[in-house]
Amino acid sequence: MPDVETTVDVAANDPIMTDAALRPAFFEWLCRLGDNALILGHRTSEWCGHGPVLEEDIALANTALDLIGHTQMWLGLAGELEGEGRDADTLAYLRDAMKFRNILLVELPKGDMAVTMMREFLFDAYHHLLLTWLSSNSSSPRVAEIAAKAVKEVSYHLDRASDIVVRLGDGTAESHRRMQDALELLWPYTGEMFKADEVDERLSDAGVAPDLAQLRGAWETKVRDILEEATLTMPDPAGYAHLGGKQGRHTEHLGFILAEMQFLQRAYPGASW
Amino acid sequence: MYAQLVKSEGLKSREEMSPQEQAFQDRVDKGEKIEPKDWMPEGYRKTLVRQIGQHAHSEIVGQLPEGNWITRAPTLERKAILLAKVQDEAGHGLYLYSAAETLGVSRDELLDKLHSGKMKYSSIFNYPTLNWADIGAVGWLVDGAAIMNQVPLQRTSYGPYSRAMIRICKEESFHQRQGYAIMMKMAQGTPDQKNMAQDALNRFWFPSLMMFGPSDKDSVHSAQSMAWKIKINTNDELRQKFVNETVPQAKYLGLTVPDEKLEWNEEKQGYDFSEPDWSEFFEVIKGNGPCNRERMDARVKAWEDGEWFRDGLNAYADKAADRRKAASVAAE
Repeated sequence: MPDVETTVDVAANDPIMTDAALRPAFFEWLCRLGDNALILGHRTSEWCGHGPVLEEDIALANTALDLIGHTQMWLGLAGELEGEGRDADTLAYLRDAMKFRNILLVELPKGDMAVTMMREFLFDAYHHLLLTWLSSNSSSPRVAEIAAKAVKEVSYHLDRASDIVVRLGDGTAESHRRMQDALELLWPYTGEMFKADEVDERLSDAGVAPDLAQLRGAWETKVRDILEEATLTMPDPAGYAHLGGKQGRHTEHLGFILAEMQFLQRAYPGASW
Repeated sequence: MYAQLVKSEGLKSREEMSPQEQAFQDRVDKGEKIEPKDWMPEGYRKTLVRQIGQHAHSEIVGQLPEGNWITRAPTLERKAILLAKVQDEAGHGLYLYSAAETLGVSRDELLDKLHSGKMKYSSIFNYPTLNWADIGAVGWLVDGAAIMNQVPLQRTSYGPYSRAMIRICKEESFHQRQGYAIMMKMAQGTPDQKNMAQDALNRFWFPSLMMFGPSDKDSVHSAQSMAWKIKINTNDELRQKFVNETVPQAKYLGLTVPDEKLEWNEEKQGYDFSEPDWSEFFEVIKGNGPCNRERMDARVKAWEDGEWFRDGLNAYADKAADRRKAASVAAE
């Protein structure tokens, strides 16, 4: 829990944080950022010790570690903004699935390395655009500050994921097939990244967040370029999109992630670790 | 200590050595580092490959018992620390396989031997991590025992191994501290947490003592390795040092070391303690430990499932090289 002194300083430096009318939507939006990082970090960390080659094991653990770091920052800010004494751990470990705000894409099972790396690429391409915008344009200095830290790491994630997508797409017949299958499996979950709802609109109107529809063009260009180099076929961008994660309607997978992740906090309430 | 029962040559007396071997031994005795391109006795090379390979395997198999709790770590900070730690272990594997490569054996060859059961890894990683305090106990006891052996190995005669150990030791001491920090939280926590901490110590104490290997005071294999400075201390010396340092730490935690014979011996300025059950140790080495099967299955599965991935990257690298060649031919 933040101490009072810090909160006062924060409010002075970031008037958006004290806008009571914006607060509920702002909280929701910060949870979306934090939960995307947390759940993707969880999925990525499942590879630890099981990677296809030692260098990949290290890179995946490193990516997961970065994402957990982002989670601490975003959920920490969400708790501070809410002002009800919840910190990043409380939000991560003591909310049930319907309170999670991550997009469905990040909670899907890790699958094989094709699914894992294709998902990372599709998400990173969006994540990188979003953080870049936030770091230079957000009307909230606190948000911009976190985005500026995170974008350095995500820029590396995107480079690495793009590189692997190209290599595996244009590798053997089998690696090509697996990458194309992964792309088709994941594609219907990418639309949710750009589908703005009332929360997104309010944050965009307040200048905190970008207009998601405007990010979409740059995302499609990046994705098209890399997929082309990877000799993969891009599915129809106007195709069907699975929605609901941002509003708390998840797949069946999220409940199991939380059952595992939250086990100790739920089994031993109030203990300090 | 991640290398146990490493076979070596019998100790050669000076008279039995060729002039080349004598010159080699003189360099080792003077504390000079042996480098990859230097001449070395075949037995020295083979023993090092076994020892470094076993150590490397231990690092990567050692990811599994700790990796078992990453998705269940109780706070975001604990999760981040554990991820960083397990990632370090993989990095140690990488340094060590690279050190072994300088002796003319590839990483793939060593992995084949691990997967086919021809090479071993430390017995300790065949024990399960059953509660969160086990993650503390692994850092405190297992990394603590490893440090006992690895700190002197920074002075080992083989240059690449010595340099790998210097880097590894820096990270291991951080690992041990994080393990002890978890144990402190648990031992000072709720009654449930304290029970978990005691349970972890009960299960990990003797397996940790086994990490140093059986007594080797009369072993000719150890004598040769010590003459070559591949091994710096006897197993018993290291075990005693570990017990001496660890018992006060357990007391500070308010935990009980599960050994009724444990007693301070004023005369030797060290603790008397019970030997671990060596029959259990040999069973674990043979493959009958609680997790041998799971650990090997997990490693083999990761390797086999990853084949298409590695093949894909290799195929791309070949194509890219061909394209570069074609482009340079076209440019000429």
